[in-house]
Amino acid sequence: MEPDPRDDPSESSRRQFLKAVGVAASAGAFLAGCDEATREAFFQKHFKELDKDELAKVIARLEKDYSAKAGKPVTVDTTPAMDGVLFGYALDLSRCIGCRRCVYACVKENNQSRDPQIHWITVLEMKKERGVDIFESDPYYDSKEVPRPGHFYMPVQCQQCQNPPCVKTCPVQATWQEPDGIVVVDYNWCIGCRCCMSACPYGARHFNWADPSVPIDELNPVTHYLGNRPRPRGVVEKCTFCVQRSRHGKYPACVEICPVGARKFGNLLDPASEVREVIGGKRVFILKEELNTRPKFFYFYGV
Amino acid sequence: MTLPRPLLLLVAAIISLSCTPSVSSKPALFPPPEGEGTLVADKAPDAPRADAGGEDFPVPPPPFTEGVFPCSDCHASMETDLTRRELGMHDYIKLEHGPRERWCFDCHNPTDRDKLRLASGALVPFSESYRLCGQCHGDKYRDWRVGVHGKRTGFWNGKKQYLLCAHCHNPHSPHFRPLQPLPPPVAPALIKAKGAE
Ligand code: SF4
Repeated sequence: MEPDPRDDPSESSRRQFLKAVGVAASAGAFLAGCDEATREAFFQKHFKELDKDELAKVIARLEKDYSAKAGKPVTVDTTPAMDGVLFGYALDLSRCIGCRRCVYACVKENNQSRDPQIHWITVLEMKKERGVDIFESDPYYDSKEVPRPGHFYMPVQCQQCQNPPCVKTCPVQATWQEPDGIVVVDYNWCIGCRCCMSACPYGARHFNWADPSVPIDELNPVTHYLGNRPRPRGVVEKCTFCVQRSRHGKYPACVEICPVGARKFGNLLDPASEVREVIGGKRVFILKEELNTRPKFFYFYGV
Repeated sequence: MTLPRPLLLLVAAIISLSCTPSVSSKPALFPPPEGEGTLVADKAPDAPRADAGGEDFPVPPPPFTEGVFPCSDCHASMETDLTRRELGMHDYIKLEHGPRERWCFDCHNPTDRDKLRLASGALVPFSESYRLCGQCHGDKYRDWRVGVHGKRTGFWNGKKQYLLCAHCHNPHSPHFRPLQPLPPPVAPALIKAKGAE
């Protein structure tokens, strides 16, 4: 642990004074004019510090709020990681045809903003003759049919690094890695500084520049606190391997939609899982291996 | 890097040993399987076999063209003509699979039309057509059985739904058809926050 400047007694008293003045002034003005729910949201603790009762209250508040806005019941799940599970993903580059079905299935499942647009998955078109070359790749390809001759496609999303640089940069610990390996964000704790976005070498984190817009009839009401629940403006979001699905045993939405079966998902600790079969039997690589981020997202050639 | 002389000699000896055919009395480094002529698979009952049945691969019903199944509805009352010819029926089928010699009865069974027929003569239902495909595409069959080739839906830690080969590959013309991609993302420069400006 680094020495915390707040441990310095003189510093500490100065801070306490400023804090007291600041809190008194702003809270006074703020609390006077707002309702109970807003006040609770403002003082809500970090997700990992909530005890059982506090968590139940938070969830009740969020469900009420979301349901009222959606005009239908919205659930917010807090299912924790399963024991003995470390999630891993494998994507077959020799199969992917770049159809982007996964991109939009993800948008729908995870309630990403339609306008301004947020996509957690970006599919890169690359030239076969050049191989995997990110700088030469094109995410905006718009051909009538895919695959285009001479090209292959590489979908990129959060690589769920085992050594995640984004987590290290967050000044308020609003993002962390769960025991099942999924890197998550507490949208109620995120201050929107976007340090994590600049730290991510995969462009996998996305910022809500404006109030996200999701058509009410398309809103997926089955949500997880750490995943696809509605986000406010000013927070960062990213792929969570569909935490709301995967923690209940289901495959992520992108796995289920892919028409060529290029996407594989499972428990890295289970030798019989599909991902382990891939790692054990196919030619596998990870993206930007030299950065030592240790992704749990593996690209492979299934041919 | 230079190796000391005795070591070099040893390396050379090993290389020459492993390259000479083992006609001498020395035991071969990689002896051929005993009893030349028997299939390895015959000796290893546990090895996956292309025509192994009885395993549980839950698949949806085969993707028949509407109204064609059961085939016996028409074929039971027809005479079987085994000669290779231009068909008067099924003209939507264009056979683009494997060598030119490929022919209906390589896979379809002339007597009981509602079944497929393996090279061994064994009959398999259409719902187990993977056993037929696996005869030639053993590597894909092996990958499919462990979930590496093809698509699985359902539960990563429980019940899965598989697809038959024929759900994705038209068996008469198996090359995967190109698709129209969904729209590209909006370039960041074109994204506008609502209320901005
Ligand atoms: S849905 Fe499958 S084939 Fe289509 S772009 Fe995504 S990974 Fe590639």
